[in-house]
Parts: sequence; structure tokens; C-alpha cells
Amino acid sequence: MTAPWSAGEEPQVYPIARSGDVVHIRQAIRALSQQCRLSLVDQTKMITAASELARNTLTYGGGGTVSAGMVSVDGRRGVAAVFEDSGPGISDVEQAMTDGWTSGGGLGLGLSGARRLVDDFQLRTAPGEGTAVTIIKWVR
Amino acid sequence: MTERIPILRIGKTLVVSVQFDLEDQTVLNLQEDLAEQIVAKSAQGVIIDISALEIVDSFVGRMLATVAAISRVLDARTVVVGMRPAVAITLVELGLSLGGVSTALDLEKGLAKLSRPTSSALR
Amino acid sequence: MKRDSAVDLVGLLSVEGEELAASWVREVATSLGGRIGVAELDRELRELHGALREALREGAVDVHSEQMSEVRALLTELSRNRARQGFSPSETAMSVFALKRVLEPVLQNGSAETIRAYLQLGRILDGLGLFAIETYTQTRDELITTQAEQLLELSTPVVRLWDGVIAVPLVGTLDSARTQVVMEKLLQALVDTGSEQAIIDITGVPAVDTQVAQHLLKTIVAARLMGAECTVSGISPQIAQTIVALGIEFDGIVTKASLADALKLALRRSGVDMVAHEGVQR
Repeated sequence: MTAPWSAGEEPQVYPIARSGDVVHIRQAIRALSQQCRLSLVDQTKMITAASELARNTLTYGGGGTVSAGMVSVDGRRGVAAVFEDSGPGISDVEQAMTDGWTSGGGLGLGLSGARRLVDDFQLRTAPGEGTAVTIIKWVR
Repeated sequence: MTERIPILRIGKTLVVSVQFDLEDQTVLNLQEDLAEQIVAKSAQGVIIDISALEIVDSFVGRMLATVAAISRVLDARTVVVGMRPAVAITLVELGLSLGGVSTALDLEKGLAKLSRPTSSALR
Repeated sequence: MKRDSAVDLVGLLSVEGEELAASWVREVATSLGGRIGVAELDRELRELHGALREALREGAVDVHSEQMSEVRALLTELSRNRARQGFSPSETAMSVFALKRVLEPVLQNGSAETIRAYLQLGRILDGLGLFAIETYTQTRDELITTQAEQLLELSTPVVRLWDGVIAVPLVGTLDSARTQVVMEKLLQALVDTGSEQAIIDITGVPAVDTQVAQHLLKTIVAARLMGAECTVSGISPQIAQTIVALGIEFDGIVTKASLADALKLALRRSGVDMVAHEGVQR
């Protein structure tokens, strides 16, 4: 799924190379969510999901990028973020999406938890070919 | 190099107020510092004020749970105070319920909670 | 040919000039049974009459013609007002159709041209009438949406029962959206009032589904994360059966049969003792 970026609004690309970048991404997503007028709870959910995924990209994907911007489809507006890395990828997606399962000593809530926090969630991955996760939160 | 969050002491209670969005390393430092300070100051209670935090993700959530567990081992109690409604809703949705962590609405109520005998002592 | 027909149409509307507009106003006033001020009606219809005559003079052929934009604007305003004032769609459309009836007398002894012009104008007025009904319906839809939103707000009051004890009495069917609104309002109220005890009373709720029950559970866990305790009161036998049948985990959730019991518990937890005095006159 390529995110349906709003016309004339190119997504911003942020690097995820070190732990401090996760903080910057949270700030960027917060600014976007406020600009898009997501409700306070939805803002919080979107920022938290982005935080989880950015950390995953760093920890399991060996770093990568996130493209974040506003999207619109059929008059609905929202905030989207695409997390991409060229790490080892995920061999068992179903397992990776299970609550509590982790390959890296975390809580195992990153992927499954992030999915529950957003409206649209798509995971594209293959062993050895990296991982791309797209999330969208729509304005209610 | 990374920032460290100041830990205040009032009597036998340690008070930490998290005022800004934390980098993961800062979170780990805080966890370490708190464990050391509980022993060094022979503290009986720890209060972590997160009322300024706009988000708590699984990393910070895990730190709160770990600090609570560590303090229990060291015979102290931890109360997390001031979690915002939106943060609480998000944490629940994320799947974190912070089972072993005591909570209070604000600093004052947190201190009151620490001054009361534990419910296990009453049983 | 087209030019001529336009002249005929304008001519038709100009017959007896002011007199025609006055009859139109009378006709509509009768159909609305005096529920609208004659002065207001007079202004509305005379403006419409003038705009229509102008549009036809400029060669408008139907309601969608560019020359009709002024007429459409006036008609939109008229229909919106009718919808807000609670008139029916027929009554709204009558404001337009009445003009046809008022013009009927020209058919007697009318030339073939006059009759043709009348029919053509009739078609245009039919179009305007439908346009009025459409606008009316749109306005009603908007009203309903707004009211539904207001109802959502109204139907979820958070009340303070005691210092440090708040309650949400839920009444009616709970859907996922409404439960979410309640959840957010309740949690915010905990902060605003500094309450450590919250009661969710569902006496007035006929049924819950899995999703609603899950939302309630999440609210209770979220409240606990913030440092407050929730009690659920007024669970009906049917809802209790649903909860068990659906296999929803209600462990660790405090429930009480009635709001009164829940309040007693909440007060005890906040350290309030209640003592009944003997010999008090009631």
C-alpha cells in the first residue's frame, strides 16, 4: 500500500539511525496530528504507534527511514507514516503480530500494539528484503 | 552525555518528575539511578510524576513496571502519579495494563497513598 | 423563437404586475395556515417573483440555468427557513406551486401562445419546486446530524455524587462510538474533579455486546492507570447472562447490584463513615 498522500503535500522523510531520532519522529507526528485536527486521544494513539514502530525499525531493522504526511481519500483526512528498513525482514509475520512475542527482548507489543492504535495498518516484509509498515489514523 | 532526570528526596520518599519527552537511554538511566538511590537513601517510597508526559509508549511503560518491581524487592513502594486520560486510554489499547504498579491522580494523593499502611499489611 | 417564448414567459409573470405577486402571497399564506408572518412571506415571495422574472428575461430555460442563480439562492434560503421552522416538505413546495394556481385564470380565453407559455412556465416551476424539496431535505438531514451529536453529549452526563466520587448513569443502547465518548468524558472528569472513585451505572442499559463490554473494561483499566477505582452498578440479569455467555473476563472488576450499594462502597473506600441516627423524625 502506498499511502494516498494529499495532493501537493509531499511527505517529509526522517532518518531513523539512532535512539534520539525516535524523539524527533514523535515530535513530527505530533505536529502533523495537530495540524490535521485529530482528537487528543487519536493524536496520542498515533504518536505512540509511531514511537513503537520507529523503535522497531531501529532495533530489528538496523535503522531506516519514516515518511510522514497528511493523506486524504474520498474527503476523509488523516495522518500517515511509512516506516521502512532494509534489515533482515520478518519470516513469520503471524508470529510477529502476536501479543507478547519478541525476538529482541522487548515486551512484544510493538507491532501488535501499534496495529490496535491506528485505523489502517499494513505490513510488507520478506526474509532478507527488509520491512515496510504503513499506518494511517483518520480524522473521526 | 545523555540527560539525567533529577531525583528529589522528601524524608523517606524519592520524587521524580518527568518534564519532557524522554529518549530511551534517559529512561534506562532513570531506572538505574532510582534503584541506586532507593538503597543509598534507604527510601521507602518512590513517586514518579508523569503528568507532563503526552505519551507513554511500551518502553516507558516497561520502565515504570520494572521500577515498581525493583522497589518491591528493595522493600520500597512505587506510585506513578498524574497519568493523563489520553495516555491511559492509549496504554490500555496498546496492551499494557501495568499490573503491579500503584497509581494516584496527583502528587498529593500519591504521597497520601504512601503514608497509608499497605493493604497487604491490613489483611 | 426562443426570444419570443422568453418574452411570453416574462409577459405571463408581469400580467397585472404587483397584483400577481399579492395573489401569490395570499395563496401561500392560506396554505401555511397563518403559521408564518405575512410580512415575511410577502418579502420572500416578492423577491422571488422579481428574481424569476429577471431570470426569464435573460433567457433562463430551467432551474439549472446560469441565469437562475439568484432564484436558486432565494429558494435555498426559503427552503432552509421552512425546514428549520418545522414546515412539511409539501408546504415548502407549495410556496412554488401556488404560483401555477395563481396564474390559472390566464388560461381562460387565453390565446394558444399564452397556453403554451403557461405550460412552459409550469415545467420551470415544477423544477423549482423539486429544488425546494431537495434543499429542504438537505437541511433536515443536517439538523438531524447536529441533534444526534448533541444527544450524544447530553446523554452522557458525568455527575458528582460526593467529594471524590463521580458517576455516569448510562441510559439507552450503548454503541461503540457512544461508549468511547463516555470513556473519555469519565476519565477527564476524574482529573477535573480530583475524584478517586467512579461509578458506572448501567441500570438503564438494556443490552451490551462484546465490543461495548470491552470498552467498559478498558475504561476501568484506564481509570486504574490514572489512580482511580471504578465500580459498575445496575447490571441487569440479561446483561449478566450476556457477559458470561460471551466469555468476557470481568475478573478484578467490582460490581454492585444498585447505584446505592456502589455509592456506599465508594464512600467507604474514600474513608467516609455513614451512621444512621436513631429516633430521627422522618
